[in-house]
Amino acid sequence: MEFFLVTLLNSLSYGLLLFMLSSGLTLIFSMMGVLNFAHASFYMLGAYFAYQTSTYVGFWPALVIAPLVVAGLGALTERYGLRTVHKYGHVAELLFTFGLAYIIEEVVHLIWGRAPVPYRIPEILDFSAFSIFSTQYPAYRVFMMLISVAMLVALYLVLTRTRIGMIIQASLSHPDMVQALGHNVPTVFMLVFAGGAALAGLAGVIGGNAFVTEPGMAVSVGTIVFVVVVFGGMGSLAGAFIASLIIGAVQTFSVAFDYSLLSLFGTIGIKVNTESGWMELWKVTIAQAAPVLPYLLMVAMLIVRPKGLMGTREG
Amino acid sequence: MSAMFPWRRLLVWSAMAAVMIVAPLVFTQGFAVSMLSQMGIAIIFALSYNMLLGQTGMLSFGHAVYFGLGAFFAAHALNAIGANTLGWPVSLLPLIGGAAGLVFGVIFGYITTKHSGTPFAMISLGIAEMVAACSLMFPSFFGGEGGISTDRVVGNPVMGVDFGPSIQVYYLIAAWCFVCMIAMFALTQTPLGRMANAVRDNPERARFVGYNPTRVRFFMLSLAGFFAGIAGALEVINFGNVLLMAFIGGIGHFYGPIIGAVLVTFLQSALSNYTQAWLLYFGLFFLVMILFAPGGIASLLTLHKPAVQTRTFGRLLLPYAGAAAAAAILMLGLVALVEMLYHLETKAEQVGTVMSLFGRQMDTATAQPWIVAAGILLVGGVLLVFVARFVRAGWGHVTVAVNRAKGI
Repeated sequence: MEFFLVTLLNSLSYGLLLFMLSSGLTLIFSMMGVLNFAHASFYMLGAYFAYQTSTYVGFWPALVIAPLVVAGLGALTERYGLRTVHKYGHVAELLFTFGLAYIIEEVVHLIWGRAPVPYRIPEILDFSAFSIFSTQYPAYRVFMMLISVAMLVALYLVLTRTRIGMIIQASLSHPDMVQALGHNVPTVFMLVFAGGAALAGLAGVIGGNAFVTEPGMAVSVGTIVFVVVVFGGMGSLAGAFIASLIIGAVQTFSVAFDYSLLSLFGTIGIKVNTESGWMELWKVTIAQAAPVLPYLLMVAMLIVRPKGLMGTREG
Repeated sequence: MSAMFPWRRLLVWSAMAAVMIVAPLVFTQGFAVSMLSQMGIAIIFALSYNMLLGQTGMLSFGHAVYFGLGAFFAAHALNAIGANTLGWPVSLLPLIGGAAGLVFGVIFGYITTKHSGTPFAMISLGIAEMVAACSLMFPSFFGGEGGISTDRVVGNPVMGVDFGPSIQVYYLIAAWCFVCMIAMFALTQTPLGRMANAVRDNPERARFVGYNPTRVRFFMLSLAGFFAGIAGALEVINFGNVLLMAFIGGIGHFYGPIIGAVLVTFLQSALSNYTQAWLLYFGLFFLVMILFAPGGIASLLTLHKPAVQTRTFGRLLLPYAGAAAAAAILMLGLVALVEMLYHLETKAEQVGTVMSLFGRQMDTATAQPWIVAAGILLVGGVLLVFVARFVRAGWGHVTVAVNRAKGI
């Protein structure tokens, strides 16, 4: 029970972090039809900027500055990169973001080196918030969840209750009409891209010190975020939310289980020929298979329901 | 295509074969032969990738899966040949790799080709990650982190050929490369190849003509897996980045990926000797190509065909020379900045902050070299913007001449 509760809380904080990434990706995708391969790179940049800023002025200013800088970079990317290649079609746009992700990783190598940087949790948050049975639960995890939930509520309110949110929603489905009504749709696109980048950057700020800040973090998180978006259904925010929580839970729980098919056979009483070539497959524990599980889930979803959990369009 | 015998095509292919035969006799240094071998493998891999991206319009991030699985199966087969448990000539080993690529292409293709466009790209990435994660789960097949090792000098020598010397390996690779090139070119001439183009350009119309786009994508992906597997198996005998190769060369032309594969392999071996930041230069090159020449090098070549035909190419020479000079200045500044940054970050602790760059000694801890480099970068950028006007004017002349030739 203790193990279950602690892991549940961990998976919740991780899942919320995933949603901060996938929400921006989904918004950008449904608006411009561009899958931003550099989205996780913005997450990485957020973490690195926060580390660099926090060495000068501390964690709290970094929490604000880093996402803003990332948002600025996102706006520049949209204005001078994506808008230029837009006329060549979606494949060129996709390749552009792919190349950008590649370059960001190399630049990070160049500036901060290949080893992880010592980006730590601020001391003021480095205590245990409460204890579940005998486990002390770290306050920083609670802080992460608070930030994520606050961000979610803010995003929801902005999208549904404000004027700019209405324009964004209208531009999603009827960009031409919105343009005809006198709104500058390209600028709206730029804002959404910058906003998505800022969300990713913020996720980097609070995720970078909870996990590890290293040049490989963009690739490892990026592919998981793609799995989340495909699993939840392309272009659906609600789907992305549910998928984030599910994938987060799967990843967090699976590393803790030490069962394999062999132990299952043992429990239900099947004798296994230990000499057979399948032995290696039977011996794989859930913990060992943990890195593959999200992808297996994705493939299973694609076979059963190709448009994803809550997706509206296919292909 | 007329019914006449395609003499020109025969000429092009013969010339290519001649180049492949003569190349190792001209470039005899030890590393040149291995580089040529790499190029041969890269050509097959890039062409097989272009079957997806260029011909069927499927942007795949998982093509290395078929290359890698082909390589692993071929490696196991090679070890089995060495242990005398499998009677199979080493020179036909690529067929085993190709078969493995084909089988996995069929399996993964069944799942992925139900989608196209962006979802396909994402799913192919997911599959690639899945296979990569799996490879660490089954160490007895994939050899864990260290991989598996092989010895290519196995089996009975056929007419004295035992694939010991690397020159023999090169000719094996060249032969396979040539055969695969012809096979893949021939494929573009078949109804399947034509339908693949139709599916790329307009899947809806392709469906109206009576072809199932999903099935066309599936066939193309399976066959591309086959050729990628062949490339992977050759890699095993011999000891990247295919998207970059295909794209830089030009995905719209059959020959584009060949140019890209040769160029990228050469740059990889040449640049990585001089600088550790070569991956960054590479990425920047890629980005510049996407922004300004999305058709790749092959399209740049065909773009100039009308200018040469109307004899107005001379008009472009001077502006181009100016643009090249400006770009060279820009690159000089950029390279200086990157190299100094790299030196300061990685080597300064061991060898001090002084480095030599373009034959000059400079101290990266002082501000002066940074200001100079940034100044050069700025001057190059301004010059480039300035010269671009003349390039545009030159093209104006060309367009006028082309229109006149057309009688407009």
